[in-house]
Amino acid sequence: MKEDTRKSKLKFKFDLWATNSEENGWNISSTDEGSQKMLEEESEKQIKIQTGTDVIDDFILEEDTTDDERMIVNMGPQHPSTHGVLRLQAELEGEVVRRVKPVIGYLHTGMEKTGEELNYFQGPTNTTRMDYLSPLFNELVFSLTTEKLIGIDVPDRAKTIRILMTELNRVSSHLVALATGGMDIGALSMMIFGFRERELILNFFEKTTGLRMNHNYIRPGGVAADLPDGWQSDVEEILKIIPEKLKDYDDMLLDNPIWRGRLENIGILTTEECFAYGVTGPSLRASGHSWDLRKSQPYSGIENYDFDVPVLDEGDVFARWRIKVLEIFESLKIVEQALNQMPKGPYKIQDKKITPPPRKRIDESMEALIHHFKIYTEGFKVPEGDAYVAIESPRGELGCYIVSDGSSKPYRMHVRGPSFCNLQALPVIMTDSPIADAVAAIASLDPVIGDVDR
Amino acid sequence: MNSEILRTNVESYKKLVELLKSEGFEMMVDLTVVDWFRKKEPRFEVIVQFLSVSSNERKTIKVFVNDDDLTIPSISDIYPSANFYEREAFDMFGIIFTDHPDLTRILMPDDWQGHPLRKNYGSGRIPVQFKNAPRVDQ
Repeated sequence: MKEDTRKSKLKFKFDLWATNSEENGWNISSTDEGSQKMLEEESEKQIKIQTGTDVIDDFILEEDTTDDERMIVNMGPQHPSTHGVLRLQAELEGEVVRRVKPVIGYLHTGMEKTGEELNYFQGPTNTTRMDYLSPLFNELVFSLTTEKLIGIDVPDRAKTIRILMTELNRVSSHLVALATGGMDIGALSMMIFGFRERELILNFFEKTTGLRMNHNYIRPGGVAADLPDGWQSDVEEILKIIPEKLKDYDDMLLDNPIWRGRLENIGILTTEECFAYGVTGPSLRASGHSWDLRKSQPYSGIENYDFDVPVLDEGDVFARWRIKVLEIFESLKIVEQALNQMPKGPYKIQDKKITPPPRKRIDESMEALIHHFKIYTEGFKVPEGDAYVAIESPRGELGCYIVSDGSSKPYRMHVRGPSFCNLQALPVIMTDSPIADAVAAIASLDPVIGDVDR
Repeated sequence: MNSEILRTNVESYKKLVELLKSEGFEMMVDLTVVDWFRKKEPRFEVIVQFLSVSSNERKTIKVFVNDDDLTIPSISDIYPSANFYEREAFDMFGIIFTDHPDLTRILMPDDWQGHPLRKNYGSGRIPVQFKNAPRVDQ
């Protein structure tokens, strides 16, 4: 008898404790009230389309074809030269690609849905994982959009730090593009070289942000931490070494007949095709159109820096390779100016609503502790409205569209990834070219699948 | 840079896009959907961003989709770059773009049910071990 009362008391306690559980495990779709119901109301055809059972797959061979040489081949998703988990359905005639359809979604992790559940303070943690080769750009575009919604302007030092870090990130991202592009074509030393030089920059990032990738460094209101002691000498070393090494790449590849033979007049994209398929960034500039958001729609004070936008007219794979090398030089110019003009002052906005108190204050002040706790648990409220901000990432226009409903979490967070859009041009540049050239063409577009699938 | 916002309805949406194309907006850079579940009527709002490279201008079209059929004309014949974006919008929100060349799921698996970015679609939970621990009375 005594036992029983004890048990029921405990049961009561534990039921309170596990409020979300039901009798048989967990009700996973408890908030999913409409999606299944909606299907029942639709007509049969729409149900088929909506559930995906009516797959419109036109990617089959024509039945009356007598050509033995034609076949459908799957390239990827696990293929080293598709740069991640990109799958290509290709119709081959012998060794020539006649038709190709990119199939994506193998790395889809629902980051836009996650973005709706994280507050603005946690948002960069999520967006930084999208384009994993240029994480700082993702953080920057999220922060800029949030700041536009609130209507604040960050201090000069924060702006300069942002420019310094993102341009270094552009260099490291382009170095990976050169390295993996070289690897796909067979220039394996290029792969080693590119990753070796990138290591310099990643070491600097690690020193500054604590992490080599996925930094969560640029946040709404400024940056997470000031630059470390002695950062000047690290940046100077980068500025000294990378141009030397780039000269080595040129010595190795620029006049190399094999390299030029493999890349020239391959995978040509014209300016009109770039416009039609929304291709931006280095690929557009390699097609003879000078368009750089850093010049035309400047952000974070980049209009105060002196740099050129390299443009090439050929539009082939060689031009897309070359333009990345030239852009590294321009980015290093910006880094050098940021190094020399780094202003003094705060690296975060001095707005108590947005900036948490410094760590030291928490130890001595109860109010600072409360303040810190409030910002980290609730976040800060952002006024109602929506904003679209675009910046120039290493792959093109990186946009972020946030709808705010006045709470501390975005009502809708959408990221316009440049790789997603650039990938649509893949059928254009791959059609009617041999498979070996197609591999070079994929590498030249430099898609990052994390950015494509989000 | 601020972009001009144009509000329109489903019927005149495609004409407006054609007009923008003829005005020299070369690129459709982004197409996305906002689900105003229980906040606004009609429920889904399609938002399209246009960019003019020649005149350095941005324009945004916002159009509400009727709740009863969730249908809107596809603009992928005017701007081929809309192809993937419309497939994504269909996949994530279930908006049907008429005359789209290949309106299939793009990010989710082909046999997936439901549209994940709708507000009434649960984000799902995975039971955590200590919460699912055997009950005391068992």
